[in-house]
Amino acid sequence: MSTCVRIIVNGRAFEVPEGISVAAAIAHAGQPFRRALGGQRRFPLCGMGVCFECRARIDGAAHQQTCMVPVRAGMKVDTDD
Amino acid sequence: MSAHELIIVGAGIVGAACADVASAEGFKVTVVEPGPIGGGVTAAGMGHLVSMDAAPWELALTHYSLGLWESLHDLPGSEYSRCGTLWVARSDAEGAHIADKQARLAGAGIRAEVVDGAQLRQLEPELISGLAGGLLVPDEGVVYPPAVARAMIARACHRGATLERARVTAVGDHEVTLDSGQHLRGTVVVAAGCALPTLLPELPLRLRKGHLVITQRYPGTVRHQLVHLGYADSVHGNEASVAFNVQPRPTGQLLIGSSREYGRTDTEVSMPMVRRMLRHTFEFLPGVRRLNALRIWTGLRPASTDGRPYIGRVGARPGVWVAAGHEGLGVSTAPGTARLLVDQLLGHQPAIDMQPFDPMRMAA
Repeated sequence: MSTCVRIIVNGRAFEVPEGISVAAAIAHAGQPFRRALGGQRRFPLCGMGVCFECRARIDGAAHQQTCMVPVRAGMKVDTDD
Repeated sequence: MSAHELIIVGAGIVGAACADVASAEGFKVTVVEPGPIGGGVTAAGMGHLVSMDAAPWELALTHYSLGLWESLHDLPGSEYSRCGTLWVARSDAEGAHIADKQARLAGAGIRAEVVDGAQLRQLEPELISGLAGGLLVPDEGVVYPPAVARAMIARACHRGATLERARVTAVGDHEVTLDSGQHLRGTVVVAAGCALPTLLPELPLRLRKGHLVITQRYPGTVRHQLVHLGYADSVHGNEASVAFNVQPRPTGQLLIGSSREYGRTDTEVSMPMVRRMLRHTFEFLPGVRRLNALRIWTGLRPASTDGRPYIGRVGARPGVWVAAGHEGLGVSTAPGTARLLVDQLLGHQPAIDMQPFDPMRMAA
């Protein structure tokens, strides 16, 4: 088992493997990704910074591409805004 | 040959407003438009409804038109938002003009509140500290112009107007020629925006390129349409220039302008100009540097050579009228332009002095 870091996703604490992307961490935590204005759920498609479907708020900064950001201990991620 | 009482050339926001007003007055209207409704200059602008006051004619026209906009807010899809305009002064030298501006607006009956630097930060926390002050014009707002044009055309068609999908290749006395070779006869109103020179070459027009940037959704970042008090200097200068102008869209997106360049007729995005525009934006809103832009586009403003739109009879051409050359004020002034033009067509006294807009000034 690799080392884990603790992050907060949508207000709940999760232990996720160190070194993975925030997008992978959200999936690992079983949390939903963003919702479009029309209400549909969105999911990461490309995983390489092109499709913008994995956007979430990271430590207060909106619309971050979570597939491009490595997870860090203590990170706060909010997917639903 | 078919008879039409009123032929409107162009379905931008000015032509659409003319169709709306004329059809309500009982004219039998045909609108001729080859492209999408509101798809030219109308689709490239910010949609800010604003009173401009650099000259008496400008204040008279914008104020009159904004009064008419009050009855158009509920047009389907207009996305009207009464966010107000907040004019921002950077230096005390600029701030010294705030009271004059307030007095000019008050003279026209427009409510405006002077705010100091501290109040400015309360109204707009993202503004950089140390600004001299500002002027809040609370009753102004923003719309989505192409949707307004579509709604106006739909309303006109509901009253019996016809939309002819064709390009007008020539304007004659009491008639137009279509690209099909067909002629339509009637009183002609040319509201063709940037195509004006091909139809009425006697009315000089300069195209003035502009850039806009729109961000992803950051609701609440900016609450009012923010404009630098020095904006008019950019409008009235001749050199390529940028002016701080940021708008909160109802979606939470920020629409960022503005740039002005004469002598460019291409619509390519110029990254040096975008960088210059954004650097200027960051001088007022440093936090915008961290936001994501979604799209950058350009448009060409149809500017008359003296800055005043052409509204009225083209005296040398029987049965030909014009409503064009509004540069960046076409959205604010479209309802006013339409009402004033139709009043003249009906032989009614227009509500404001039309002499500044008389196209025949160019024949002198």
